[in-house]
Amino acid sequence: MHELALARSLTTLVDEYAAQQGVDRIKQLNIRLGELSAMTRALHFCFGSASQGTSCEGAILNIEDIPLTVFCDICDSVKTPNGRYSFRCPDCGMPTPTVVTGREMQLVSIELYETSELTPDSPHIEQTPTPKNLAVS
Amino acid sequence: MCTVCGCGQIGAKTTVQNDKHAHSHDPHEHHHGHHHFGHGAAGVSVAGYSQGRLVQIEQNILSKNDGYADDNRKWFRDHGLLALNLVSSPGAGKTTLLAETLNALKATIPLGVIEGDQETENDADKIRETGVSAIQINTGRGCHLDAHMVGHALQDLPVERGGAVLIENVGNLVCPAAFDLGEACKVVILSVAEGEDKPIKYPDMFAAADLMILSKIDLLPYVDFDVDQAVEYAHRVNPHLEIMKLSAKTGEGLQEWQDWIVVRARAAAAVSKPAPANPKKHAHA
Repeated sequence: MHELALARSLTTLVDEYAAQQGVDRIKQLNIRLGELSAMTRALHFCFGSASQGTSCEGAILNIEDIPLTVFCDICDSVKTPNGRYSFRCPDCGMPTPTVVTGREMQLVSIELYETSELTPDSPHIEQTPTPKNLAVS
Repeated sequence: MCTVCGCGQIGAKTTVQNDKHAHSHDPHEHHHGHHHFGHGAAGVSVAGYSQGRLVQIEQNILSKNDGYADDNRKWFRDHGLLALNLVSSPGAGKTTLLAETLNALKATIPLGVIEGDQETENDADKIRETGVSAIQINTGRGCHLDAHMVGHALQDLPVERGGAVLIENVGNLVCPAAFDLGEACKVVILSVAEGEDKPIKYPDMFAAADLMILSKIDLLPYVDFDVDQAVEYAHRVNPHLEIMKLSAKTGEGLQEWQDWIVVRARAAAAVSKPAPANPKKHAHA
């Protein structure tokens, strides 16, 4: 269930960067999830609802999966274990608890709409004044 | 509906960059209303994205929680306190073990407890019966404590230098693994009334912990729990995991656990700087 907390952390983070760029909607967000985060599927389930009313509403969520790799001290090299939680070197069999990749949960980038894409037909253009607009008018 | 990612319920296109799972669902021409999951004109997406304006960010998604956790960790260090995050499935005996531990240690070191549950103040009440201060956090529909909640609780929890703050997380072997609270370490409790394969069924938690406590060992004659197998599974997901066996009911093994806490609490006080005059306050209420 913490995927919802993760999705909300993500949309909050994107909101901040979108505001810095002076936009209230983004077109696409690119994130990186390590194999150990086990989040890809769960995030897809809840991203739609978590993004409602945020700058991510309607945006494409791109997830780059990062495989698990560990460092084997005995072999002195980076290895890919057999299985997600088998922290043993696939070659020498020794425990290899040092994770090199696989724990990532990162927002990599966001993609903004080009001005030319923002036509009146766009579903992402507010057709009615927002409460914020009303307040200033 | 796609059984891999759950998408497709509303005819939206979904993009997952993964060579094992790249597909497109037929769109039903949604141009208004809410759009769930990923969708867009591009269909199946590929790396490189489109010509839109790209803003590079590279930030951890849980960076807000991690920021609060860093604040908490600094607060513990400044106040010379050991913080432990106790995690387990519901019913593993965290609260009973805590109460016994507090009774045994309260004359030795200062103690404070933060209790996390979805509802009720029952656990905090049980802790307060020992005479130790406890703050109850009700997470409502939330399944885990986060560092922000703990930061607020710390403002109301007076514990003197050289002591320990024991945080009993929501009973859940999944979600609390992802949320750093600023603790020195996570302690995972597995009771012998559960299955010995819990470490490989819920590997995230056992991988995140520094110590595993096998609890309720007084029940071992009556259950089929294979201790050696549990230890082997635990070390499979976390080769560095320290393991203790105890029973809060009979007291067997409790001394080792108490000593483990006291040694670390004294070490935390020894490396600490003098405490600041004001307790930690978050920037927002």
